[in-house]
Amino acid sequence: MADGLVQARGLTKRFGRVEAVRGIDLDVGRGEVFGFLGPNGAGKSSAMRMIACVSPRTAGDLQVLGLDPDRDGPAVRARIGVVPQLDNLDLELTVRQNLHLYGRYFGLPRAAVRAKAVELLEFARLTERADDEVEPLSGGMKRRLTIARALVNDPELLLLDEPTTGLDPQARHLVWERLYRLKREGVTQIVTTHYMDEAEQLCDRLVVMDGGVIVAEGTPRELIERYSTREVLELRFEPEHRPAGDALAEVLAGRVDRVEDLPDRLLVYTADGDAAQAAVAAAGHRPLAALVRRSSLEDVFLRLTGRTLVD
Amino acid sequence: MTGPTTSLPRPPRSWRLMPSGGYAGRAHMLLERSATASRRSWLVFLSGFFEPVFYLLAMGQGLGSLVGVLPGPDGTPISYAAFIAPGLLAASAMNGAVFDSTFNVFFKLKYAKLYDAMLATPLGAADIALGEIGWALVRGGLYAVGFLLVMAGFGLLGGPWALLALPAALLVALAFAAVGMAATSFMRSWQDFDLVTLVTVPMFLFSTTFYPLSVYPGWLQVVVECLPLYHAVELMRGLTTGAVSLALLGHVAYFVVMTAIGAVVATRRLEVLLLR
Repeated sequence: MADGLVQARGLTKRFGRVEAVRGIDLDVGRGEVFGFLGPNGAGKSSAMRMIACVSPRTAGDLQVLGLDPDRDGPAVRARIGVVPQLDNLDLELTVRQNLHLYGRYFGLPRAAVRAKAVELLEFARLTERADDEVEPLSGGMKRRLTIARALVNDPELLLLDEPTTGLDPQARHLVWERLYRLKREGVTQIVTTHYMDEAEQLCDRLVVMDGGVIVAEGTPRELIERYSTREVLELRFEPEHRPAGDALAEVLAGRVDRVEDLPDRLLVYTADGDAAQAAVAAAGHRPLAALVRRSSLEDVFLRLTGRTLVD
Repeated sequence: MTGPTTSLPRPPRSWRLMPSGGYAGRAHMLLERSATASRRSWLVFLSGFFEPVFYLLAMGQGLGSLVGVLPGPDGTPISYAAFIAPGLLAASAMNGAVFDSTFNVFFKLKYAKLYDAMLATPLGAADIALGEIGWALVRGGLYAVGFLLVMAGFGLLGGPWALLALPAALLVALAFAAVGMAATSFMRSWQDFDLVTLVTVPMFLFSTTFYPLSVYPGWLQVVVECLPLYHAVELMRGLTTGAVSLALLGHVAYFVVMTAIGAVVATRRLEVLLLR
């Protein structure tokens, strides 16, 4: 990819005997929002840290903004913004001072950071809290401040490690809305998440990671089409009336793609959810609850790894 | 989003000891940060200033009235207060620097994750190490200025050489800050900080702060002569009493070496800890 902001070939990271990232290939283009999707421990954060030039790679090739992080780390970091998994705001400084000083670390002149801080406080909807301490801010406010801080140097590439983990739904939607705004302004973003809805909301293209390798790659739509069916029938039963997944699959043979047997429910993958539901009833099964929905990335992940994402 | 573009830092060529990318030449940004942050914690400066003053009053005036005069570095008799004041000056430079480079740095490293945030910018491990050592130096230096003024007020400064006690105190603070930061990089938990107290308190008591080296048996004299605070106390005492000799340069050399070792170890260790 000629215009690739990030390009990795066989990228590998080992910590002692643990291989966190096992030879992944990546191409992230300018203006794209690219996602790493996977459960905890899949290697997403390790990959992000290597791209952020704060973790030397063990093996493979990596180029960020056309430069080699091992050689040109500071030059790359000058042009990227990083939102770490855990907010590491400076608790000894006020909200505004956090932005000021962070800008200064990038070598920006004082007058420039002052003006920039006003703009970013507005962006993060924190203008009213500008001169407050950081500690009493809500989780969502701290997150927005961390994101605003990462924008102080007008980065060409923004790295977000689990941007909305731990936030309540309103706070998450506000963060998503801000990230969407940045996307429209042309800021390339790389996002890690273990939330399917987040990946679907934000990402143009994503890779699904599991155990340090990439197990699938594509747009959310492509991945769903490739690895799942159009619809999913979710069935919940009383424990004593619950049919085994295999038994149900046999009953529905020919009408459905496959049946996933999860601890709390059965997932029936099919092109036509209503028809499958009728067939279940015809076979004499009486589910407690039945829900037909469209396939999501969660289903893709389940298909690819045999596990659900968050638990 | 528009705004001024960031100029790329260019590490100085002379910085060969550090791995490439470890130094962006912006250590002073950490001073700016610390100065901003300390506007709200000025109380700690006050306590650090008063501690040696209380010692000087209690020991110098109180104990001094029992002790009377004793021989200074060059044999000239001096008052007990004039004897211990330079020792307290050296100790306050040490304490200020050590406190900042151990407790404060450990908190920022392990809990506030402040350095992780800084490494996401062009700043490198060397910027962080030098900036934090620099701040500990500023703090130690402020204590020294305050205490020197108190000494002047009590008439405990003997001549123009005493002016050099300030840069000497800065050098002492710098060396202790560098070694303190290096030591902090090896600490695993707050329990390890008892070791800091275990080192600094006996050093404060035995490094000829309160009585001359000659009171110790021969073997203990050798031990004391190896301690950094001993060299600091002797350096200060020579300068504030006006008993200046070439031997003082030996003390200066001690701290130059200590600073260099501390700064290099601290930077290397920060890189190991932060750039995993």
